[in-house]
Amino acid sequence: MKKFKNGVSIFYLAIIFLFLYAPILVLIGLSFNNSMSRTVWGGFTFQWYASMTQNDSIIDALGTTLRISIFSSILATILGTAAAVGICAMKKRNAQIMLGATNIPLLNADIVTGISMMLLITRFTHLGEASVMVSHIVFSVPYVIFNVMPRMQQMNASCYEAALDLGASPVYAFYKVVWPELIPGVLSGFLMALTMSLDDFTITYFTKGAGVNTLSTMLYTELRKGIQPELYALSTVLFLLAFGMLFLMNVKKEPNQNRKEAKA
Amino acid sequence: MELIKLENVSKSYDGTLVLDELDLTVNENEFVTLLGPSGCGKTTTLRIIGGFESPDSGRVFFSGNDITTISPNHRHINTVFQKYALFPHMTVAENIAFGLKLKKKSQNYINDKISYALKLVNMDGYENRDTTSLSGGQQQRIAIARAIVNEPKVLLLDEPLGALDLKLRQSMQYELMRLKSELGITFIYVTHDQEEALTMSDKIVVMNQGYIQQIGSPEDIYNEPENAFVADFIGESNILEGIMLEDKLVSILGVKVPCVDVGFGNHKPVDVVIRPEDVELKEPGKGFMDGTITGCVFKGVHYEYDVMCGDYEWLVHTTEYFEVGKKVSLNVIPFNIQIMNKPESEDEEAMKEDE
Repeated sequence: MKKFKNGVSIFYLAIIFLFLYAPILVLIGLSFNNSMSRTVWGGFTFQWYASMTQNDSIIDALGTTLRISIFSSILATILGTAAAVGICAMKKRNAQIMLGATNIPLLNADIVTGISMMLLITRFTHLGEASVMVSHIVFSVPYVIFNVMPRMQQMNASCYEAALDLGASPVYAFYKVVWPELIPGVLSGFLMALTMSLDDFTITYFTKGAGVNTLSTMLYTELRKGIQPELYALSTVLFLLAFGMLFLMNVKKEPNQNRKEAKA
Repeated sequence: MELIKLENVSKSYDGTLVLDELDLTVNENEFVTLLGPSGCGKTTTLRIIGGFESPDSGRVFFSGNDITTISPNHRHINTVFQKYALFPHMTVAENIAFGLKLKKKSQNYINDKISYALKLVNMDGYENRDTTSLSGGQQQRIAIARAIVNEPKVLLLDEPLGALDLKLRQSMQYELMRLKSELGITFIYVTHDQEEALTMSDKIVVMNQGYIQQIGSPEDIYNEPENAFVADFIGESNILEGIMLEDKLVSILGVKVPCVDVGFGNHKPVDVVIRPEDVELKEPGKGFMDGTITGCVFKGVHYEYDVMCGDYEWLVHTTEYFEVGKKVSLNVIPFNIQIMNKPESEDEEAMKEDE
């Protein structure tokens, strides 16, 4: 009976994973298919990956994507960390209001954020790569705040005061005592912001202006022209990139948890 | 020698007055305890001395110099925090060296100081341990070591033993007294535990609702509480309403009882404090008041009795055994009857609400 129960639960789990990942696996499979057809397996090939790297529009888009996501996630990390430190120093009521306000960009539909960013930016300047960066910073900051806040709250608030008490200036006390405790949160916040920025389509689409393409918007315009197997290869690369980031984030978290257990 | 002086210090948070025109003087090489229930302003007073809070009005002096506006990192005062506040990503040695490195001391000097401080708190050999692997009592010792290596003139301790269990707390009390006499510096200690205060202090400052209720030696505070709040907060007592008929004669529950206090006037309402261990139980008719034993609890050293006399229930501690329901008589020698003025001023009135 126990064996049967186990079998059923494993089967159930397998089905869930199948439905979740089968479409992606099909896509990855097709990216190695030596045939233009979507239904016939023509043998294994790296041809589409090779031609992808020859494609200027893809390489351009990749460069733009990396520039935008790295720049925006670094800035979002700085802003978000400063915000988290500030919110923790606020009175409870104000802190709650602030946290609620930072929640809005997270819950807001991307398309609404995208259109409003577009309207705002076109009022003052023209759209381009810079406007995409600004928009990405806007939606990434909350992710950083939500990663740094728990670290701030876990910290013994007297630690900072203890450093002052021992003669440290406020800046030195923050750098020596508070900052080392925040690093894991700041790092995972940064990685999250990077992933969100790499993946984003909707907000980028509305704020990019003519001639600027990130991987996701390029994929979208190419798809309208007809599906090229190169795009399967590109999608696979995007998926692996996101997967890699996720993996890194979880690996980063591991040592902390061990440390917490040691504390308890 | 006067070391720290608070003058007319007031502080309020969000419109709630926490300290009201507090005056306090702490002398050199004194063990002073600020004692009171939570919310009485004792921690705020300590934080004002440490520089972590600034008073709304009033001045703070250190060796005669006004330090009211000086930030904590520029005060020659060190603090031991309630929850240790050790730096979790540093070893024991790095924690202790923190203040010394900031003062640009040589590595040799720092190493000597670390081993000296660890010996002083009975923790030698722990230099390279991770602070998070230490027990509460060990962490507290490290916190004390980290503070004293800076050779402060004053050590502030904010309920440092609050998180420890009873046995450890008692042994740490003796450690602290030993440290105090070895270092020869001033300790200002905050606690809500009256036993801790009585054991360690040279001087106890009893506080309630932002006012100082009484300042005195542990003996003074215990034996001669100035008002009902102090009597009630320090140890257990019988607090009764009485009328001072004349000098050395008070009426308690309608019975005239001789006492030793003078100068309260004639026919003045007063509060009377009698400690439970000062009440003797005798054969009926042999004391000043008869009653019936209604409760008995064995406490180890003594029995604790409830004795009903009319509609007042007395608390009595004695080593003799009496059965519940037995008729007894109460007796108190005049010297053990403590007479206190009824609260008149508003700061004395404040403590009444708390009871």
